[in-house]
Amino acid sequence: MRRSTKRYLRQGGLYAVLAAVVIFLAVSVDWGNVHRNFWTPGLGDNWHDLILTGVKNTAIYTVISFALGLALALLLALMKLSDVLVYRWIATVYIELFRGLPALITILFMAFAVPIAFQWHAPGGTAGAGVIGLVMVAGAYMAETLRAGLQAVPKGQTEAARSLGMGPVATHVHVIIPQAFRIIIPPLTNEFVLLIKDTSLLSIVGAAVGQRELTNVSRDFLSSGSTAGTGTSLAQAALLYLIITLPLTRLVAWLEKRQQRAR
Amino acid sequence: MPLLEVESLCVNYGHIEAIRDISFSVERGTITTLIGANGAGKTTTLKTISGLRTVRAGKIIFDGKDITNLPPYERVKLGLSQSPEGRGVFPGMTVRENLDMGAFVRTDTKTPAYKEDLDRVYALFPRLEERAKQVAGTMSGGEQQMVAMGRALMARPKLVLLDEPSMGLAPKLIAQIFSIIDEIKAQGTTVLLVEQNAAQALKRSDTAHILETGEIVRSGTGTELAADGSVKAAYLGGDV
Repeated sequence: MRRSTKRYLRQGGLYAVLAAVVIFLAVSVDWGNVHRNFWTPGLGDNWHDLILTGVKNTAIYTVISFALGLALALLLALMKLSDVLVYRWIATVYIELFRGLPALITILFMAFAVPIAFQWHAPGGTAGAGVIGLVMVAGAYMAETLRAGLQAVPKGQTEAARSLGMGPVATHVHVIIPQAFRIIIPPLTNEFVLLIKDTSLLSIVGAAVGQRELTNVSRDFLSSGSTAGTGTSLAQAALLYLIITLPLTRLVAWLEKRQQRAR
Repeated sequence: MPLLEVESLCVNYGHIEAIRDISFSVERGTITTLIGANGAGKTTTLKTISGLRTVRAGKIIFDGKDITNLPPYERVKLGLSQSPEGRGVFPGMTVRENLDMGAFVRTDTKTPAYKEDLDRVYALFPRLEERAKQVAGTMSGGEQQMVAMGRALMARPKLVLLDEPSMGLAPKLIAQIFSIIDEIKAQGTTVLLVEQNAAQALKRSDTAHILETGEIVRSGTGTELAADGSVKAAYLGGDV
């Protein structure tokens, strides 16, 4: 048998297996059941308002955690590259600690344990305290990304800046940090997407109604209204998450491709 | 009094001696050249003079002042700037922004004097004026070399250190770069040049030193060294 004939046969076989599986699923799954449990109409009148509040809060929590986390990460990354041994040490311990812990543990600590222990009232209440926990975790992850970016700027750039009369601070502000950020835009966008999804962890901290984010809102509807006991609200929340995250992951892929071309 | 005096300079990388007991001086208004093979210590010498390497022993006197332990930016303020090896232009900035960065230590960037210096750099490198708004990282090697040299001149230095300005350039561009170096000298800026392109460099050097494994092995005027048999054989391929 000729080689090309063999290849056609093999590919045809693979397609046949796929078709068989699809047909089997289409016939055997109880589609009525799926529809009843995951896409029942009648989530109630306030569903629309609440889900929009949820999306808005998810966006706010993501942006706050990202911005503050990035500032923290920059500080940690600079500390990790510092000449001072103690700074390097502190940064390493912080990063390893908060990357090693489950994010949920950190959030629970900040939302419940720390406020009780120190009689501390976080801005924004329990939700705010949870966001601070998320900032602490995000900072640890992004610090490593930033450190890699700072180290990826060629040494010649530092030397050029120094020999033009810039001090260590000016060298970083004008030359190193801007170039590092350009290098890490793709991984940083990726961190942003991860953070959007991680805000769902805040659903367990028990926020006030107006402060609930997307996952929390949809979870409330699991047990209330005419759709109680179905996964409809979860499915709709999932769809909303995908509408936000999928374009962003495509953006990351495009940015990475563009950067590879520029090298 | 010479503009720059280097006295018994020693620099180490860890336990390895990069340069050993180097002494030479640079007279005002001249071109002084360091030539030598890869790893001879030419670039280390320049980086030590501009303050990027720590001195183990020896002294650097610039314009009558001991600068051995000054940080690099203080040296720039005194009138010493460098065009680094491999150019080191800031790739994300435009040509004009790169030139402005060269004047980082100057406080007169809004005055006519500054504009005058910018015009002088544009006169030396007309290409840079045409491409003032182009992002430097997208330029050719020769153009980037011009940016690096122009940038070093924007500090209005008394002494400019040029590290391998002809590296990786086409022969026609090399000739152009060297005639610009002549022009820089004619305008009154003293030049300390490091080159592998020994034939071109020696031709226009007032003084030249040959470095081998971290030590100066020969010194003389450019023409003397270019005519010397052993120099010819080692660095000039027997043809000047």
